[in-house]
Amino acid sequence: MDLLFSLALQILYGIANLALISLGLAIVFGMMRVINLAHGEFLMLGGYTVVVATNNGVNLWFAMLILAPLVVGLIGLIVERCLIQWLYGRMIDTLLATWGLSLLFIGIITSIFGASTSTVISPPLGTVTIGEYTSSGYELFLIFVVIVLLALVYLTLKFTSLGLVARATMQNSDMSACLGISTSKIYMVTFSLGAAVSGLAGGLLVPITGVLPNIGVIYIAKAFITVISGGSAILAGTTSASVLLGGVNGIMSYITGPTFGEVALLFAAIILLRLMPTGITGRFFRKSQ
Amino acid sequence: MTINRRRFLKTTAGTILAAPALMNGALASNHGPIKFVSILDQSGGLDIYGKPMVDATKMAIDEMNEAGGLLGRKIDLKVYDPQSSIQFYTQFATQATAGDRADVVHAGITSASREAIRPTFSRYNTLYFYNVLYEGGVCDINNFCTGSTPAQTVEKLVPYTMNKWGKKVYIVAADYNYGQITAQWVQKYVRDNGGDPVETEFFPLDVTNFGPTIKKIQSSGADMVMSALVGGAHISFYRQYAAAGMNKSVPVASTTFGVGNEHKLISAEEGDGMICAYSYFEEIDSPANKDFVARFKARMGADAPALNELAARSYEGAYLWAEAVKAAGTTDRMPVIEALRSGLGIDGPSGRVEIEPKTNHALQNVYLAELKDQSFNIIETYESQPPSDTLLVCDLVADPNQSVFKFENGLKAAGIDI
Repeated sequence: MDLLFSLALQILYGIANLALISLGLAIVFGMMRVINLAHGEFLMLGGYTVVVATNNGVNLWFAMLILAPLVVGLIGLIVERCLIQWLYGRMIDTLLATWGLSLLFIGIITSIFGASTSTVISPPLGTVTIGEYTSSGYELFLIFVVIVLLALVYLTLKFTSLGLVARATMQNSDMSACLGISTSKIYMVTFSLGAAVSGLAGGLLVPITGVLPNIGVIYIAKAFITVISGGSAILAGTTSASVLLGGVNGIMSYITGPTFGEVALLFAAIILLRLMPTGITGRFFRKSQ
Repeated sequence: MTINRRRFLKTTAGTILAAPALMNGALASNHGPIKFVSILDQSGGLDIYGKPMVDATKMAIDEMNEAGGLLGRKIDLKVYDPQSSIQFYTQFATQATAGDRADVVHAGITSASREAIRPTFSRYNTLYFYNVLYEGGVCDINNFCTGSTPAQTVEKLVPYTMNKWGKKVYIVAADYNYGQITAQWVQKYVRDNGGDPVETEFFPLDVTNFGPTIKKIQSSGADMVMSALVGGAHISFYRQYAAAGMNKSVPVASTTFGVGNEHKLISAEEGDGMICAYSYFEEIDSPANKDFVARFKARMGADAPALNELAARSYEGAYLWAEAVKAAGTTDRMPVIEALRSGLGIDGPSGRVEIEPKTNHALQNVYLAELKDQSFNIIETYESQPPSDTLLVCDLVADPNQSVFKFENGLKAAGIDI
């Protein structure tokens, strides 16, 4: 019983982890249709923000929850103004440009910090004991953060005027422009927010995985698979795809080992996209966000 | 084909013009600087191993050049970075042999990369050194494997840790030939010592979430974990393991932890108590090593990485080769190979290192150490250990014309019971 409970918690964490690394991409790619191949590097930059800040004596929580999203959001803003704003609607060009951007970020960070960085940040919050099993308290905290984050994105999209205007712009930018909305500004804000969410995710993952200049490569494929499997509704899509893929991965990893866990995740995604080419929310929850 | 005047002139002129180039190629190995090529990953996931190795190699070559070079010739070091990609390894290996006409190549970190390039050097008759600890089993007249092998390290590590922690061992390893074969060695030594290898799990090099495995370790009732995890991503295992409070109850020993300076990358609380066995630790208390460490730190300044077996052996590997060149009086491949196989040895920072002629591996000291506050405390020293794993399957004295990897299909296929 204890094992079952702590295992369930572990799988829940796997799901939260997937949702966390995908949410920023869901906003940028799922909502804005910008294929952002530098998404992994946004996560990486969030991680380095935390490392640099804590090395300079900044409180870890402040660095993870405030600084990381702020800094990466700002970088996102600069990237959008200098690069992405000229490329809306040009998928292949965006793909190439953001790929170049990702290589540039890896190169810059490698030349500043070296290819391997000492990140002596232990996961805070100690351990939680369930019967004879122990779990990391920080992992429970991450599950909580992901739930709060999803709720925040939902509330913003649904109940604020910014959310309304953003949704309108993404659905039909010409019509929105006719109604007096500055769509260029809306794109800019949305992209920055997506980057900020990625930065937050990258920062929060530092204590668990550490950070290397090319750690983004590990995240990017999973993030894209999750968002594409989720389909067009970013929240319901990312959540349902994370639950499905993270769950399959967690259960199969426990039963057979990590290699088949990864295989099972990819296999599930392939089957899913074969049956529902437009993703989960292309078929179900069509009216969701 | 009729030979007219024009054609005759063309061919002759061509030959005369090309002659110096041809001569140059033929004589390259005896004049001008000696060509020493190093192919080691300095970027990508394996950079944690490759960068200190390159630093140590550069130091060795610079020292030799400052001392007047070898045979009165300067040594020209060329370093390639294959970026943790096997494809670049094969490309640079061909470049080193056919393009640069290297006198010796020191290359490869993972066993996968070694097996990708070893045949190239064999085919082009280019002397090849592999200075990394690995799973044993290479039987190649052209290839000198100077790193430690499981019979030297794992054989000491397993009984020591089982006596200390308990008989049920959970094995986690990287999912490629090194991890697969090393896991079999661990299983064998655990059984030989009356223990039980309860479970063995393999991880692709980019896995970062070890949660399900940590739960399995908890529910397996294992007394200890033996890790043969490799690369930057796998460091998160040790973090997550400590975060779940497991490092206090089920301790970890490792065949790889520390050679990528992982002990400097995780905190003291996360790493304390881990036990490892290698043929070199920076903390070895000998005048030769203290001098080596001091010179390395002075050279590298504030950015000096910690020294480990891979770095120290890269340095010693270069000196082993240089010693053989001096003994042979030439850089030609066969005389140097014969000199190396005549029981040649050097006294390096790790102690005495000698080439064992049946296997082209090294007789070397092995040290057992426990991690405390991000540095290793040496507990035991075993002097002049033979590569007895490879000796089981390889005898280059009886048959020198071999170039094979005996453990390619695992230990059972090589006739070793596990």
